[in-house]
Amino acid sequence: MDTQTLIYLFVGVSFAVYSGIAIWSRAGSTKEFYVAGGGVNPVVNGMATAADWMSAASFISMAGIIAFVGYDASVYLMGWTGGYVLLALLLAPYLRKFGQFTVPDFIGTRYYSKAARVVAVICLIFISFTYIAGQMRGVGIVFSRFLDVDITTGVIIGMGIVFFYSVLGGMKGITYTQVAQFCVLIFAYMVPAFFLSFMITGNPIPQLGLGSTVNDGSGLYVLQKLDLVLTDLGFAEYTAGQKSMVDVFCITLALMVGTAGLPHVIVRFFTVPKASDARLSAGWALVFIALLYTTAPAVGAFARLNFIDNVNEQSYSEAPGWFTNWERNDLIAFKDKNGDGVMQYRKGDAFAGKPEFTGETGASGERAVANTPVAGNANEVYVDQDIMVLANPEIGKLPGWVIALVAAGGLAAALSTAAGLLLVISASVSHDLLKQTFRPNISEKGELRAARIAATAAIVIAGYLGIYPPGWVAQVVAFAFGLAAGSLFPAIFMGIFSKRMNKEGAIAGMVSGLAFTFGYIVYFKLIAAPEANVAANWLFGVSPEGIGVIGMLINFGIAIAVSSVTAGPPIEVRKLVDSIRVPRGAGEAHVH
Amino acid sequence: MNQQTPNGEVKGEMNGGVTGHDEPGEAPQSLPDINQTTADGETNLREDAYWHENLRLLGVLMAIWFACSFGAGILFREWLDQFMLGGYPLGFWFAQQGSIYVFIALIFFYVVRMKQIEHKYDLDD
Repeated sequence: MDTQTLIYLFVGVSFAVYSGIAIWSRAGSTKEFYVAGGGVNPVVNGMATAADWMSAASFISMAGIIAFVGYDASVYLMGWTGGYVLLALLLAPYLRKFGQFTVPDFIGTRYYSKAARVVAVICLIFISFTYIAGQMRGVGIVFSRFLDVDITTGVIIGMGIVFFYSVLGGMKGITYTQVAQFCVLIFAYMVPAFFLSFMITGNPIPQLGLGSTVNDGSGLYVLQKLDLVLTDLGFAEYTAGQKSMVDVFCITLALMVGTAGLPHVIVRFFTVPKASDARLSAGWALVFIALLYTTAPAVGAFARLNFIDNVNEQSYSEAPGWFTNWERNDLIAFKDKNGDGVMQYRKGDAFAGKPEFTGETGASGERAVANTPVAGNANEVYVDQDIMVLANPEIGKLPGWVIALVAAGGLAAALSTAAGLLLVISASVSHDLLKQTFRPNISEKGELRAARIAATAAIVIAGYLGIYPPGWVAQVVAFAFGLAAGSLFPAIFMGIFSKRMNKEGAIAGMVSGLAFTFGYIVYFKLIAAPEANVAANWLFGVSPEGIGVIGMLINFGIAIAVSSVTAGPPIEVRKLVDSIRVPRGAGEAHVH
Repeated sequence: MNQQTPNGEVKGEMNGGVTGHDEPGEAPQSLPDINQTTADGETNLREDAYWHENLRLLGVLMAIWFACSFGAGILFREWLDQFMLGGYPLGFWFAQQGSIYVFIALIFFYVVRMKQIEHKYDLDD
């Protein structure tokens, strides 16, 4: 079978499996729709959390970012795993003991205020929509490259699949499809990594391969060779950082705290039977996540070496097939600045901006670009870092079924995260806004119908954001973390660990944390000129990616100050805090 | 309603209860009294002792969490990079591999230790 047939087969079979699971695990009650009935095994929930968590950014973009920035990408590796320590130790068991359905549920009840609940819903919707846009974009990229349809059609097909199993199955359907999706995505990620590691170092375990010598007879370690090759071409050393230490520190912390504050992750811990299971489940989730996250640095390093080997000083007419494949998809381009027909890959931009293809072919047969070449560097190759993982099997000359597997894996990663996000959005609308705030008399059947309508509306908006994306995949996702760190995390944390925190403090904290973080990011990303987005202009040298940390500190500071001059919470709330602190008597998530 | 006791007596009871209970598996009758409350009259003594033991454990684990990621992976990374772990500079290894392994170990240690603490105070679920 040729590669294209294999791709259709793998993607088709995996979609059939997800749909089958959705039909088998339809949700019949609001409790099944919101928290899968509250009886999910901790290991199963860990696996579902891992799939929910590992998005298109983790699967498609992360190794590519690591490949191109080296040490600086550690912010993602530590940031997106260290948050699980915060979750397991500081939040998950207590929220499970509290035992309701959503994050705004906790904030609304703990801060005895409908206003606090509504503020939490607003934070949640902001965070989840910025996050989901990146997922639908990832779906579009995979579809357009592997299934030969345009991005718009790809996004619409993806929307249809997610609609089918999240609207029908709710949390119950999502949980079991996510388990299947985790298996697909982790297998798809590991197989090419084993192959590449074995080819480059002779050791098939990527985590060990990255610390081994290259088997080209030079006796150099992989990272040494990479440092040498890159400095030869004018790049910075792979193992040295370019970002300032304060920025690396803040981005890492913002991502960790943001992870712990993401509603679609937190809500997964409402589905296990007991408070102690929530801790265990977070541990398993991190084990499953770490499989991919400890492999990604190896994939990134190997991909960079392979890419340079295959492209640099290669004449275009003899360029490998994958190069022209991705060139057709606009993600790679060659501008022959010195007219020798040979591709020079060096530091710097080959030309300004994203490639604008003229539709004509250049002297060597490449797709000509209209962009103005950037003078002062010899680089002639434009490459979008998002392709590194997707193109890896082709660059490494791996068999067709591996390429097909990667296509199915990329879709699994994007769809599983999108489904989890859609669910928290729909639950916050039907449960927190309707049932708990504006329409308390709604019947359970009516609430379930409202949840499904809200999920449908959210899918349509997400699809629109995927077709007309506000930025590239990882950047959009990083935005969500800053908002989660600046708004929800402090409110939840203080709700558990401080009995003195009251509604005035929590609301003032959330609003100021969200407003500051949002304003800072919007200013530097959307309003100010791109040249102004540099360290000299940043507050304390903290980039928009890391500003969530300052937002969090503002949130904590304002909340504590305001609560100290206003009346403490009533006795029932202090009793509630006492009760969520001890695990005994969690029971099932209760309907109210 | 919980019985209110004078401050001094409550404090004495609380200290006795906690220090007498550092060894797991002790007889349940020497647990802090579930019918007596802290000075503010809200939290019962046993839950209060349990919570403070949890907080001490959290303090230690969060310190390790910070040291392996922000310490070894960021603040002291350049200094650690003079040492090698196979082909990895040590600081780089902590930033891209080691800290993740430590995170996993921390969570599972907490899971096991909290089970023991909950059992000791007879508050497990």
